Amino acid sequence: MALPQAKQTATEARLASLTMPDPGCTKAAREGALARVNQMGLPGRRDEYWKYTQPDTLVSPQAPQAAVLDAGEPLVFSDVDRLSIVFIDGVFSPEDSDDLTLEGVTIDRLEDICCKDIHWAKELYGKLEERGQTPVQRPLAALNTAYATDGVAIHVTGKPSKPINFVYRHESETSDAILHHVIRVESDAEVTILETGPAASRFNKCMEIDIADNGTLHHIRAQGRDHERRAVTHMFTRLGKESTYKSFTLTVNGVLTRNEQVVELTGDDAVAHVAGACVGDGDFLHDDTVFITHEAVNCESRQVFKKVLRNGATGVFQGKILVKEGAQKTDGYQISQSLLLDDDSQFLAKPELEIYADDVACSHGSTSGAIDETALFYLRSRGVPYKDATNMLTLAFLAEAVDEIEDRALAEEIVTRLEGWLARRS
Amino acid sequence: MAALDQTQVKEGVDQETVDAVREVGTYKYGWDTDIEMEYAPKGVNPDIVRLISEKNEEPEWMTEWRLSAFERWTKMDEPKWAMVHYPPIDFQDQYYYARPKSMEEKPKSLDEVDPKLLATYEKLGIPLKEQMILAGVEGAENIPAEGRKVAVDAVFDSVSVGTTFQDELAKHGVIFCSISEAIKEHPELVKKYLGTVVPVSDNFYATLNSAVFSDGSFVYIPPGVRCPMELSTYFRINAENTGQFERTLIIADKGSYVSYLEGCTAPQRDTAQLHAAVVEIIVEEDAEVKYSTVQNWFPGDENGKGGIYNFVTKRADCRGDRSKVMWTQVETGSAVTWKYPSCILRGNESQGEFYSIAITNNMQQADTGTKMVHLGKNTKSRIVSKGISAGKAQNTYRGLVSMHPKAKDSRNYTQCDSLLIGDKCGAHTVPYIEVKNNSSRVEHEATTSKVDDDQLFYCRQRGMDEEEAVALVVNGFCKDVLQALPMEFAMEAQQLVAISLEGSVG
Repeated sequence: MALPQAKQTATEARLASLTMPDPGCTKAAREGALARVNQMGLPGRRDEYWKYTQPDTLVSPQAPQAAVLDAGEPLVFSDVDRLSIVFIDGVFSPEDSDDLTLEGVTIDRLEDICCKDIHWAKELYGKLEERGQTPVQRPLAALNTAYATDGVAIHVTGKPSKPINFVYRHESETSDAILHHVIRVESDAEVTILETGPAASRFNKCMEIDIADNGTLHHIRAQGRDHERRAVTHMFTRLGKESTYKSFTLTVNGVLTRNEQVVELTGDDAVAHVAGACVGDGDFLHDDTVFITHEAVNCESRQVFKKVLRNGATGVFQGKILVKEGAQKTDGYQISQSLLLDDDSQFLAKPELEIYADDVACSHGSTSGAIDETALFYLRSRGVPYKDATNMLTLAFLAEAVDEIEDRALAEEIVTRLEGWLARRS
Repeated sequence: MAALDQTQVKEGVDQETVDAVREVGTYKYGWDTDIEMEYAPKGVNPDIVRLISEKNEEPEWMTEWRLSAFERWTKMDEPKWAMVHYPPIDFQDQYYYARPKSMEEKPKSLDEVDPKLLATYEKLGIPLKEQMILAGVEGAENIPAEGRKVAVDAVFDSVSVGTTFQDELAKHGVIFCSISEAIKEHPELVKKYLGTVVPVSDNFYATLNSAVFSDGSFVYIPPGVRCPMELSTYFRINAENTGQFERTLIIADKGSYVSYLEGCTAPQRDTAQLHAAVVEIIVEEDAEVKYSTVQNWFPGDENGKGGIYNFVTKRADCRGDRSKVMWTQVETGSAVTWKYPSCILRGNESQGEFYSIAITNNMQQADTGTKMVHLGKNTKSRIVSKGISAGKAQNTYRGLVSMHPKAKDSRNYTQCDSLLIGDKCGAHTVPYIEVKNNSSRVEHEATTSKVDDDQLFYCRQRGMDEEEAVALVVNGFCKDVLQALPMEFAMEAQQLVAISLEGSVG
């Protein structure tokens, strides 16, 4: 079917602004992805999947300018023992990065594998993204596969002693970065991936994660505070038997953020948790779009999303649990809640269930409202000043999402940042 | 219902529920009435629209209204977003107007109506006599005579056959008649309100309805009047290849109250038939409308052959402060259901409620829910939806709760549960929640494990164990919905009371 004219024009304009890097062994995958982009067209205002988030500035040929924020503090996890892989405005920086050797993992740059004929990542690059295009189209992910300029491939074969940290620094006011990472976690292997920083003025990131039977991947991300940055990210995760995937995202400000999580539970007894806490102030739109597909028996999925919004900020949540025929004994849980600190902010949610198996338990809940007056009164009556009391209640509200992080030390880092945000507001 | 007999039902699902769903799946209204009919030519075009208008002896403005709707409709696309799948509908391969020959001369009173028509309604359990006891309803004789009176407007294919108790209602100032009559007798009211809740261009099916609606009911309750009896409309599709397009307009003026019921059935036919209705309700200050539906159109056979395609737009506009509307629906019929009775809560402190039980079996598909649009301050809405799927059926709840920036201090509570009987069916939930102010509270829950703590505590305190208590509270709700139905639907409701939502999936 031909695309509507406006969509066709926008797609062509965007594609004309990009050049495909030397593709090497990812050639077929990139060309396939480009064909998908042409066939689907880039998202437009009228698309149902973009009902609450205007994609215009994510699709425009040039990235809108975004000032670089000097936060006056190091990025999250700076004190943690980790292996850093640094990208400045989407370009790998060997000087700032650590040595990429670590026991239990092999790390290759996309650029390096592209010139090889045979590499494990070739089998994965663009594969999960392509699978993730049905039943809902994600054209910006396909665009990423086709045009990604950098990224790494991580092969996890053991249990590395420290987390791997992608550090995304933002230095140019007009940077437009497209990164694509692929991660394969082998059987019984386990890794923690951290992501920090604002990345670029406009950031399109795609991560494909394939977890083999009994494998485990923890993912914790803190998206940078630069007020004017824009980001669209996709995480495609496929889980094998008895494997585990746990992801948490903290977003503090940023004019536009769309984080998509596409999770497929393909092996029995697998566990997937995705969580997020976001605090937004002023001109801010944060969109969490999650699509979890249960294809195997006795799997568990959990979605926990909390948003604190004020001064006209908008929070969006689109979550879906799809339980396919035969995926019996599924345990699906989904909660999305917003705390609106004033009357200008809004929360828009679409918590969906689609179930084709009868012996499953899926629950979803969504609430929105102001700070609980009774709780506030309780604290005030015990002598807690108003501001401290609201801060306390706001932190308590966000805690349910932060609690999803297993590693307490890493969770503490996140809590510190949240306290920082609360302290800055007055 | 062989299909359900072979279905492996998972542990925890109440046997009584399975039996009740099976019972519902046996269609009892599949017979037809052999009666001579008069048809308009097949298809839809401006000439057909004019013909329908002419048959109803409508004034010029009405004809123009229809024609402009038709004009718009030709430029619209069929909506595709619902989770229902059916072969393309050929809108030109349908009759848009069919009436019994005997209705050519409109009967002046019920005594003149063709006995065959009266017999049809008699057989459906809706006697068109101004009698007090409803046929076949257990326990009806125990109810005081006053409470048993029900005025009925009976619509047979494209025309209203008759309306009972009109004189008695007139004494109270209540107007209850067919819409075709209202257009002639009360043009000022029709002109003032028609299309103000569901605009002509609202959606594909509503626009088609605006162009070709043939009949339906009209209700006007004057200020301060509590309607002395229940009003009801019974829709029967009888003719083959004929679409029914009815239009209902209910106006509850300041401080009035009315309870309105709607029932529908159709004979068993091999080809699918189209039904696209529009219901508009206007609720003024302090008025209250209770609208109950038992939708039992022919659902098609076990293999999905035949059945009614039910595309309905129902909307209530709570215009005045403290106005209230309550939708209760029991959806058991139709091959395809596409229906979202909605509330626009415009007046301050207005309230909207939606209670729904949708049961799908065999190859049925239902995509149903509600929209609660909060515009006024201190508005409240409550949504309780129960969906049950069996056989190869698909059941979707789709709803919108929207709190506008000005709707301060408003409340919404939504609960929707689904139950699957067997592993070949599907149950889906697609809620949209839009909150644009912070003094309102919105809660959406779809789970049976989450039961109100106070209720639970109450039961536990009285010695029930937790499981028993949960079952009681959850099932209690389902029964609540059924009990909210007026007596007239007791017969249909009786068989549904056994349904419990134990073992719900989400």
